[in-house]
Amino acid sequence: MEIPKDLFYTEDHEWARKEDDEIIEGITDYAQSELQDIVYIELPEVGMEVVQGDPIATIEAVKTVTDLYAAVSGKITEVNKELDSKPEFINKDPYDAGWIVRIKISDMAELDTLLDASEYRKSIQEE
Amino acid sequence: MNFIPINENQREEMLKTIGKGVEDLLSGIPEKLRLKKSLNLPPAVSEMEIKKEMSEMAKLNKDLIVFAGGGVYDHYIPSAIRHLTGRAEFYTSYTPYQPEVSQGTLQAAFEYQSLICELTGMEVSNASIYDGATALAEAIFMALSINGTRNKVVVSDGINPYYLEVVKTYLGKTYPLEVLPLQEGITDSEKISKINEETACIAIQHPNFLGNLEEVEKFVEIAHKYGVIVILSFDPISLGLLKTPGEYNVDIATAEGQCLGIPMSFGGPHLGIFTSMKKYIRKMPGRIAGKTVDRQGRDGYVMVLQTREQHIRRENATSNICTNQQLCALMAAIYLTLHGWEGIKDIANKTTQKTHYLAENLENTGLRLPYEKQNFFREFVVEIPEGAKKAIDKSIKKGYLAGIDIGKFKKEWKNHLLVSVTEKRTKEEMDELVEILSPRS
Repeated sequence: MEIPKDLFYTEDHEWARKEDDEIIEGITDYAQSELQDIVYIELPEVGMEVVQGDPIATIEAVKTVTDLYAAVSGKITEVNKELDSKPEFINKDPYDAGWIVRIKISDMAELDTLLDASEYRKSIQEE
Repeated sequence: MNFIPINENQREEMLKTIGKGVEDLLSGIPEKLRLKKSLNLPPAVSEMEIKKEMSEMAKLNKDLIVFAGGGVYDHYIPSAIRHLTGRAEFYTSYTPYQPEVSQGTLQAAFEYQSLICELTGMEVSNASIYDGATALAEAIFMALSINGTRNKVVVSDGINPYYLEVVKTYLGKTYPLEVLPLQEGITDSEKISKINEETACIAIQHPNFLGNLEEVEKFVEIAHKYGVIVILSFDPISLGLLKTPGEYNVDIATAEGQCLGIPMSFGGPHLGIFTSMKKYIRKMPGRIAGKTVDRQGRDGYVMVLQTREQHIRRENATSNICTNQQLCALMAAIYLTLHGWEGIKDIANKTTQKTHYLAENLENTGLRLPYEKQNFFREFVVEIPEGAKKAIDKSIKKGYLAGIDIGKFKKEWKNHLLVSVTEKRTKEEMDELVEILSPRS
């Protein structure tokens, strides 16, 4: 189970990579392995204002569907359009090619509410 | 006959195992909702006795020659439909919970969907839902889900008033509903400015409730300019003559499918036809059957895209409908297969010609057709100065059902009789109706 050290995590299995005043968000290696073959992802509109914890995208696997929740509040600045035709990127490369959205952070303090790699590892061991 | 499968001993044993009494199991039902007396039913009778009673009641039915429509039409139903759908494999099975075991049922659903797509020119059809009214309401929910950031719903006042009731029930107080009024019997295109960037969808019925043809293109053009989803409630038989929803380029098209070989049956069970375009398939309600091959390369049928449905998507599903109107869908599939395109065109043509024959002859008696300026398909309005209800009562005495008194829906429709004709009506029947309704008689 890959859990990169330099990322933030949520208990709902999202990861967030901070880049200046933005985060790039996706789902973790653990989440993709639980969901198995991802067949479709419904992406949000660029420019949409979101609040931390809002459902912003829908990830559809063969036998289940799950939401992606905003790791922080802010504005969606970019979505990974490649996933429209290649949703399997999330399975193959969840932390890089499988990124989902980019959010401009409106409140930096919210980053402190996220988990670090060791906290996240602990949270999935408890599941 | 006892319909409860367990006996008293088994019941006792089950209650003992869980350590509860029957009252404990019902404790969740609030006191004030409990019926504290026995059901008001007559004493039990034998099968022979009840059959006698029922046949006597059935004899009270009058077998009328029907000129009433308003969404349910008296088309001829080929005998083959009853014979084929009466086969126990179809007749006794419910929508399958372990669907892939029932390959025949799934294939029937798949064939139905394919026929509906061909008929409508739309890209996808589901395996059907309850009826025309729920299909329209579900389409509006689907449009609200597609246009997630908007919540205004615009509907034409030319939609069947009963359908609008269902739509209002669905929308509740959550979504603002704007009604486009009618002008001269069709949706007033001057009011088109009500459609804007806040509008999630617009719904129109074509031909509308009064039988008149709507200016569908105008609404599609303006709606698409603002990213508004267009929903068309259509008449399946009319597609033998009129442009299809696909040709109009609408986003969702729904219909009541009763006219495709399903008995009128006092208003149900009928068939909700639901179609859309491929790009919206993930927002579609209801079941969809698909065709594939198994490991050995043989054809096989499966339920597809079930992640749309409520048992998987839970509260995020567009709809809570996880079933379909399978037997009625099969009737429609057989009807369409028996007639083919040429047959449907022929039925549509005869229906139109006869409707116009009747309208003209009624007008010749001096009666007024309030919307004579409009083109109409299978039904039209005639004004009866003495009152529509009176005319209907008079017709029933002569063995006819002259139409629907639509004055009950709107003040401005006072004395309006909605008359409908199908290919089944003969010249003699129509001439007789003219005689009955004629102000001179």
